[in-house]
Amino acid sequence: MSVTREAMLESWEQPSWVEQLNAWDGVWALLVVVGSVYAWWLYRSYMDGYEVAIQIGSTLALIVWGQYWKPARLFTLAAAVLAVLALWRYGADYELRKTSFWLKYFLESQAAFMWMSALYVLATPTYFAAMFTRSEFVGKTATALTWCATVMGLTGLLVRWRESYLLGADIGHIPVSNLYEVFILFALITALLYLFYEDRHRTRSMGGFALLAISGAVGFLLWYTFDREAHHIQPLIPALQSYWMKIHVPANFIGYGAFALAAMMGTAYLLRAGAESRRPDGLLARVLPPLDLLDDVMYKAIALGFAAFTIATILGALWAAEAWGGYWSWDPKETWALIVWLNYAAWLHLRMTKGWRGAPMAWWAVIGLFVTLFAFLGVNMFLSGLHSYGSL
Amino acid sequence: MNDTAASPPSGRHTLSWVVLEFLGSMNLAITLLVIVAVASVIGTVLQQNQPYPDYILKFGPFWFDTFLQLGLYDVYGTGWFISILAFLILSTSVCIYRQAPILWREMTRFRTQVRLDSLRGFHQRAEWQWLNQRPDAALQAVTDLLQKRGYRWQVADHGDHQVVAAVKGRFNRLGYLLTHTAIVVIGIGGLLDGNLWLKIKEWRGELRIETRDLAARDLPPESRLAPGTIPAFRGNVMLPEGSSANFIFLRVRDGFVLQELPFAIELKDFQVAYYDTGQPKSFVSEVLIHDQEHLGDQPLAATIRVNHPLVYSGYAIYQSDFGDGGSKLDLQAWPLAAPRPEPVAAKGEVGEALKVGGSSGALTLELDSFRLFNLLPEPDAQPGDRRFRNFGPSFGFKLRDATGEAREYFNYMAPVQMEGRWFHISGMRAQPGDPFIYLHIPADAKSSPERFLRFNARLRDTDWLRQRFEHAPVPGENADFQRDFNRVRLNLLELVTQGGFNAVAERAKAVVPADRLQEATTLYLNIVRDTLAEVFVEILREEGLAVEQGIGEQEEAFFNDAVSALAVLPTYGAPFYLQLAGFQQVEASGLQITRSSGAVVVYIGFALLTLGVFVMFYTSYRRLWIWLADEDGATRLALAGVANRRQIEFADEFAGLAAALERRVTGRASSESINQEVSESCR
Repeated sequence: MSVTREAMLESWEQPSWVEQLNAWDGVWALLVVVGSVYAWWLYRSYMDGYEVAIQIGSTLALIVWGQYWKPARLFTLAAAVLAVLALWRYGADYELRKTSFWLKYFLESQAAFMWMSALYVLATPTYFAAMFTRSEFVGKTATALTWCATVMGLTGLLVRWRESYLLGADIGHIPVSNLYEVFILFALITALLYLFYEDRHRTRSMGGFALLAISGAVGFLLWYTFDREAHHIQPLIPALQSYWMKIHVPANFIGYGAFALAAMMGTAYLLRAGAESRRPDGLLARVLPPLDLLDDVMYKAIALGFAAFTIATILGALWAAEAWGGYWSWDPKETWALIVWLNYAAWLHLRMTKGWRGAPMAWWAVIGLFVTLFAFLGVNMFLSGLHSYGSL
Repeated sequence: MNDTAASPPSGRHTLSWVVLEFLGSMNLAITLLVIVAVASVIGTVLQQNQPYPDYILKFGPFWFDTFLQLGLYDVYGTGWFISILAFLILSTSVCIYRQAPILWREMTRFRTQVRLDSLRGFHQRAEWQWLNQRPDAALQAVTDLLQKRGYRWQVADHGDHQVVAAVKGRFNRLGYLLTHTAIVVIGIGGLLDGNLWLKIKEWRGELRIETRDLAARDLPPESRLAPGTIPAFRGNVMLPEGSSANFIFLRVRDGFVLQELPFAIELKDFQVAYYDTGQPKSFVSEVLIHDQEHLGDQPLAATIRVNHPLVYSGYAIYQSDFGDGGSKLDLQAWPLAAPRPEPVAAKGEVGEALKVGGSSGALTLELDSFRLFNLLPEPDAQPGDRRFRNFGPSFGFKLRDATGEAREYFNYMAPVQMEGRWFHISGMRAQPGDPFIYLHIPADAKSSPERFLRFNARLRDTDWLRQRFEHAPVPGENADFQRDFNRVRLNLLELVTQGGFNAVAERAKAVVPADRLQEATTLYLNIVRDTLAEVFVEILREEGLAVEQGIGEQEEAFFNDAVSALAVLPTYGAPFYLQLAGFQQVEASGLQITRSSGAVVVYIGFALLTLGVFVMFYTSYRRLWIWLADEDGATRLALAGVANRRQIEFADEFAGLAAALERRVTGRASSESINQEVSESCR
């Protein structure tokens, strides 16, 4: 937010982004392409044409993402290196996870998820501490913790992907197939979205709120692991054996993650607005993130979430047309996806054309999360339908 | 959808204007969005399109009827729901109709008619007066910068001043058109694929929904649809292996109609594959398409799997279900209520109904299902425990009496081990929604239910019992006592076999005074237990076991299990225990066949929507105005701008432009401006 006059000036005097490309951008693109081709060469026997197309698409998306947001490069690289180390250590023996020191305590998917969980939970109070003390150092620590957690989470998912194949070639699948796996995805995506806004707005004051949502997900995950033993890799039922899963599910979780982030920004907004009206010079009114920042991030998160959710629902419909006999069956999950979509469509209309701002929109974003949560969890728990594989 | 955009011609509030104003209003649009969302909830809470008797059972006749009138069993197909959707589409269309010309103007024209005063009212504005500067140089600096940032602009000379109107991201306006058009297109496509066609046919009296349980060949012509009559449908057919069909059933409310196909589909083979863990891995149908007209005598062979439908001449064929295609079952009926222990052999096919003689009139035995695998959680598993066991083949049947009342049964073929002992398990329920009550018949050394059933038969064989009792009198008692005691024992056994142990307690209550009830009940139950034990020992003796030294632990456990099973028998309700002795499985594949002519339209809508959403959110329509005038050798320059998205970023961009412009014109960064404001909002 503290953009200097010089920086603004630069942006008008600077050459266009194409002219700004430098050697590092080339190195990045090359690295991604080489990594992707190598992965394809290793695992091509498992892939069909659609999956190769998805891989090419993902490769391009990764290059663009790293270009658009530089920290994504180090992040991807770190997770990739760790995952490759784990795969190299594993070889073809799944049982090594119990004996190899590095696998057992660090890189095996279950261990990686535990690291991820611990780091996220640690980052949450650290962010709040940074907010209250205004300490740059504490803030940087919180950011570092969050980045590390996210790296461990992605590493865990990548390793789990491989582990499923080590269990049996016919069992192997991308780890986005059940509630346990997508909860990890949810935590990762929410964290990445938050880190992006933290970086772009140069403020860490929103961190505690974002991490609160992630810690909630982690809490569920731990209960799900230890009480319900849901962490075992399960083979795919026939309905899920499709390349569509690789794009439909992640797109959906960009939506869910963004909506969760928006709701947390809404919560912070309401807290700050309340604090300002009661004690304008009180501690809360001073340390909480400023209202216009929260409003802006809330809007951007909902816009991004809405775009991702639109695509996810369309992908879901296209998949349904291939698996269930029609692109729309008014299945409870589909219907609730539509309800979520309509809800945020109404929110965006009010904001964009009616110019609504402030507390009502923040309330709506918070309530929207409960609608989203029901679509995500409630439908699987309480309603029967075709998405029953996501059940608790 | 912008309230401020379309202002009415003053004083001419015609009716059509009022209607358009209402339909196109933002408030109506948002209200409709919310109403559709809320109405959609109904269909997710109330399971849709279930058989009507299930609903009656659930809600009772009054609410069943009320919900039926409201169309709640098929919410998404009811008139009122479709009307709301249609209304939403209409409202969106009106919005597009009214906004399109305005957006088009915004995209193609530059507004160069602006007054200095109005620019000074903008949120983003800056103004300078530069001495010793010519407007030409300033103009040059302005256009250079605009070009660099990819703005399009137009310069208008108004004599005493010039105005530069610049625009960037005008395609953002297209985003609005794309998304809203997409909604209309998807809506229309969806409508084409809905049950509209059936409704129209029904409404015109050309189609009658069949609610009777008729075979396909018996259906009257008014309940049949020839190929191509309606452009969109979704129907199902269950094909046993080796059979073929050239029609499908479309379910409508509580009935169905038959849709004929221009081809026949034959199921050659259906395969279910399982993972090592027992979970299903794939469902595969090998089919042949017979189409004399297009394929001639050479049928088309194809494989249909989940996620891999077959599309044949506009018809998509999906693997959607599987079931039994008439498996052949070898059955043994062991009498439960008769003194005979010999089973009666019978043969049947799943789907068949057999007449059987019961103790209280004739019964119909309906063979409902057969399952080769029953992968279930371990009986003693904790929740969250992931231990599963395959309980082997099973079959289900109903016993229907003359009044139509039916009990449902579910028997496993092989004995099941529980807590170290083996049982033949049979589940029973009197009502479809109830949980099953299980009869656990202990299996004997030959893994057969025979020992228990012989035991049970002996308990009902009065002659045999009397003989036994007389043969082994109670030592040291006189003949009168013997006779009375035997009579009591026979009566008690009859009570137990007819009504269970409760009947004994009931009888005690009826004949014994209250103060001695406890004592008497205990006495009766002890007599029953001793007698049962006596009979059981006799059964063991008949089997040739040595029982003189008492019975072993195993036999004792068996006896206890047998007594438990006896206690359940009176509520079991079947005159026989039906054992599955052998089977020959015939599988059936459930295929869903659809035609959806609106799909292409919907997919076009999807593409428009995706494109539109991104254009709308991630481009921003930015407008800048530069007002330039020569004021006696000095140059006055006013800069103002507005964006419809990303305000914070635009504020930065605007401040950057102002700074860059100043540096270009004056050659230094510090400001001489008389009034420069950078937006407050970016702090």
